[in-house]
Amino acid sequence: MTVTTGGALPDQLYDVAVVGAGVVGSAIARELARYPLRIALVEAGEDVGDGTSKANTAILHTGFDAVPGSLESRLVREGRRRLAAYAQQNGVPLEPVGALLVAWDDGQLAALPALAAKAVRNGHHGTRLLDAAELARREPHLGPGALGALEVPDEWIICPWTTTIAYATQAVRAGVTLHLNCRVQSVTSGGHHELSTSRGLLRTRYLVNAAGLHADELDHHLGHEDFTVTPRRGQLIVYDKLARPLVRHILLPVPTALGKGVLVAPTVYGNVILGPTAEDLDDKQATGSTAEGLETLRDKGRRIVPALVDEEVTAVYAGLRAATGHEDYRIRAHARQRYVTVGGIRSTGLTASMAIAAYVTGLLGDAGLHLGLARDLEPVNMPCIGEAGPRPYQRADLIAADPAYGTIVCHCERVTRGEIRDAMSSTLPPASLDALRRRTRAGAGRCQGFHCGAVVRALFEEGRG
Amino acid sequence: MSRTERTVDVLVVGAGPAGLAAAARLAAAGAGRVEVLEREQQPGGIPRHSHHRGFGPRHQPLDGPRFAGRLVDAAVAAGCVLRTGVTATGWAGPRTLDTTGPQGLERITARAVVLATGARERPRSARLIPGTRPAGVLTTGELLQTVRLHGGRVGGRAVVVGSEPVALHAVRTLRRAGAQVVALVTEAPCAPVQSPRHRVPVITDTAVAELTGRGRLAGVRLRDRDGGSTHLDCDTVVLTGDWIPDHELARLGGTALDPGTRGPAVDTAFRTSLPGVFAVGNLLHGGEPGAIAAAEGRSAATHVLRRLAGARPWRHGQVPLAVERPLLWIAPNRVHPDGPPPMEERFTLRTAERIARPVLLVSQDGRELDRQHLPRTALPGRAVHLRAGWIARADPEGGPVRVGVMSDSRQPGAGAARILTV
Ligand SMILES: Cc1cc2nc3c(=O)[nH]c(=O)nc-3n(C[C@H](O)[C@H](O)[C@H](O)COP(=O)(O)OP(=O)(O)OC[C@H]3O[C@@H](n4cnc5c(N)ncnc54)[C@H](O)[C@@H]3O)c2cc1C
Ligand SMILES: Cc1cc2nc3c(=O)[nH]c(=O)nc-3n(C[C@H](O)[C@H](O)[C@H](O)COP(=O)(O)OP(=O)(O)OC[C@H]3O[C@@H](n4cnc5c(N)ncnc54)[C@H](O)[C@@H]3O)c2cc1C
Repeated sequence: MTVTTGGALPDQLYDVAVVGAGVVGSAIARELARYPLRIALVEAGEDVGDGTSKANTAILHTGFDAVPGSLESRLVREGRRRLAAYAQQNGVPLEPVGALLVAWDDGQLAALPALAAKAVRNGHHGTRLLDAAELARREPHLGPGALGALEVPDEWIICPWTTTIAYATQAVRAGVTLHLNCRVQSVTSGGHHELSTSRGLLRTRYLVNAAGLHADELDHHLGHEDFTVTPRRGQLIVYDKLARPLVRHILLPVPTALGKGVLVAPTVYGNVILGPTAEDLDDKQATGSTAEGLETLRDKGRRIVPALVDEEVTAVYAGLRAATGHEDYRIRAHARQRYVTVGGIRSTGLTASMAIAAYVTGLLGDAGLHLGLARDLEPVNMPCIGEAGPRPYQRADLIAADPAYGTIVCHCERVTRGEIRDAMSSTLPPASLDALRRRTRAGAGRCQGFHCGAVVRALFEEGRG
Repeated sequence: MSRTERTVDVLVVGAGPAGLAAAARLAAAGAGRVEVLEREQQPGGIPRHSHHRGFGPRHQPLDGPRFAGRLVDAAVAAGCVLRTGVTATGWAGPRTLDTTGPQGLERITARAVVLATGARERPRSARLIPGTRPAGVLTTGELLQTVRLHGGRVGGRAVVVGSEPVALHAVRTLRRAGAQVVALVTEAPCAPVQSPRHRVPVITDTAVAELTGRGRLAGVRLRDRDGGSTHLDCDTVVLTGDWIPDHELARLGGTALDPGTRGPAVDTAFRTSLPGVFAVGNLLHGGEPGAIAAAEGRSAATHVLRRLAGARPWRHGQVPLAVERPLLWIAPNRVHPDGPPPMEERFTLRTAERIARPVLLVSQDGRELDRQHLPRTALPGRAVHLRAGWIARADPEGGPVRVGVMSDSRQPGAGAARILTV
């Protein structure tokens, strides 16, 4: 098991190097790890899943409203099926809450049957129209003026943090080498690819570009000008857990040409999120929030679930979608170059990740990579950080065996000393408090450190030794 | 899920000043088994890590740990069972709580429950301060624990936000930790009262409009009331005051909340809307001095004892108290003409604005119940008190009792109080 975080890279020729350890790159590394190959997963950041993959709306989409016949439609549908099964086997928090597309005016109401028909063309037969009365029964805290809804029962919520960490953990345990803090700066391609990185040279026979927002830049290094990534920011507000009873389903707006619009949804941590905005920017690092963005969201939220905006705000964050101006993923194999670009994975990449991985593996095979025999990987059994639980603090058996699971240190999120200790000694130990939060939820709660900040930091530093 | 089930006479949740004082009085008065649950490893609540001398009697102030220590000793001496490292996680019945601790899971049923879970300062997110998410942004509570309990380091250049007395504790703690305090910023028109030792540049009428910096905080963008904007370089910002009661357990149990305090609504006997469930301390109103929280605990004990003795409470159907801007909240916030007077025969209020020569007006359904001229200017972040003599005049079947404030410099309009900014 190898994870490197600094120093010069080992002098080795890899069969495949995957650049970018977001949810997509990590899924690809995991899929490739099933084969007898030497694989490197190369990540610029200090942790996996520290880019767009950590800051999204965390919905396991059905793809009911995708462009029928598109690659995205196919991979989202297949990815959903795969990830739902994977989550169950590996302990990734998942809740089958279902979605309601709520119509707020006659035009939207009239659009629902067409959306139901589109869902069928995308392979989803389970949708159902609800009238205003049934909608009010199903979602009693909805604001006045909701006229009806389309129910999409297979839209679920999932933990995006655990998903990426599970993929990467499983990949590393199966022999993938993960290089963190390793930014690819340029590529020279001859007999094999030579990646010049912030930590020195890395050589590989095949190359996969899963660099998310930066996939276009890496693509340029290999001589391609197929697409340009425009970051489209989505700001989100996370409401207190005490707001959770206000919302039973994912409440989607009727989609418009401008995107999926602002939704209200429960999270697997037991909070409620409101967002995202959609703002086209130039800066690929602009993950800040703005006063206007938050005000827009609160106005929309007030209409959808009026009581929501009276609750306390636990967190605010923003993610950047990798928009390319194309209505589909930009996944392309350059067989002669032994190179695959995985670009434009905009707003469904979490859901589609496993299917993208299988598809990319196929493309690598087509490009001449000899895959060999696939094997099944050991499940990873991720720590249970989902509110559906049972969480360690609720388990008498665990506490009896080890009282550290009965010692709560982060009170808002009920995270125990035992869980922090486990995270610190895991296959992918956290390099920062943020990374620890994504593994345990410590510090993610309503007090944002007022009660627990100092002790969590002390445990983190102790665990780092 | 195996839980050990037990019963006690009184279960107190939270071993801060309020919970400890209530428990000590109850145990001393022979209430039976009085058990206090504290989720932290050390009892004492907030004062356990507030090392400045500012607690207890004004003429002879103690530092926080000593103040807390005395309350702990008194509770233990009176025979309370004090259990640290044990969290009340939820309810399994009207007076039955589930707990988690290193010894396992329990389900404890009590004849009376006293909630004393305290309050916290709103963090950056709850204040909706936009910008990046850098390190170096914290509340006073986190600052004190970082510096005092864990010897942790803070940055070199700090900005403190807020106008309550706690802002000055932040200034002092930052300096002690070696940081330079570049400014104290407040949206209020005035700063907290400063002693000469605290001299720090104060920027009033100004809000933090944005945080900047990636990884570590680089600075704050400030915006004044006229829309003028400046950037202050700093690597640390401490957000003080702006309290929110830690009302999670109270709400999970279904207690009604008061819209002003955001804590459980209580009457003058510290009774919540749930029979046999009392609430005391900062849970009721956010950050008041520790001595007040302790006094509330002691005062509530009297009413808990009456319940344990089987005394029939006065008739239910209490009248809510509602405040009008710029008043923010009042506590307690339910009254009944037959009920007891509140602690020290007065209500506590907060104002959002400074009001010179304030007059408090109490009315119900348009009928004036009382009018009280206050001796001092009312200031944001400071307690304002309303004497309770008028309670007997409230109509138990009437609408909410409204409390407004105006400045004596003008005559009141008929009925509702006009709000005058001075
Ligand atoms: C607001 C918002 C809401 C969304 N909601 C959903 C949703 O509900 N459901 C869903 O399925 N999807 C959703 N998405 C989409 C999903 O988050 C993305 O499709 C997915 O995270 C993309 O993953 P990725 O691995 O391609 O990109 P990233 O997570 O950005 O990963 C790319 C990685 O590459 C690294 N990298 C870049 N350049 C280099 C280099 N030169 N060298 C080394 N490493 C490099 C980066 O550091 C980064 O870690 C949403 C997206 C946003 C922004
Ligand atoms: C930075 C700062 C400085 C201050 N300085 C002063 C000062 O100089 N002078 C002064 O008089 N006052 C000061 N105060 C105010 C004083 O600390 C409070 O008034 C007092 O602590 C309130 O007491 P309490 O018992 O209501 O709450 P707390 O002291 O907050 O105690 C509540 C306790 O309940 C516990 N608890 C909460 N939920 C649960 C649960 N579910 N299960 C088990 N336990 C639980 C908490 O861990 C905590 O220990 C200061 C406050 C702060 C934050």
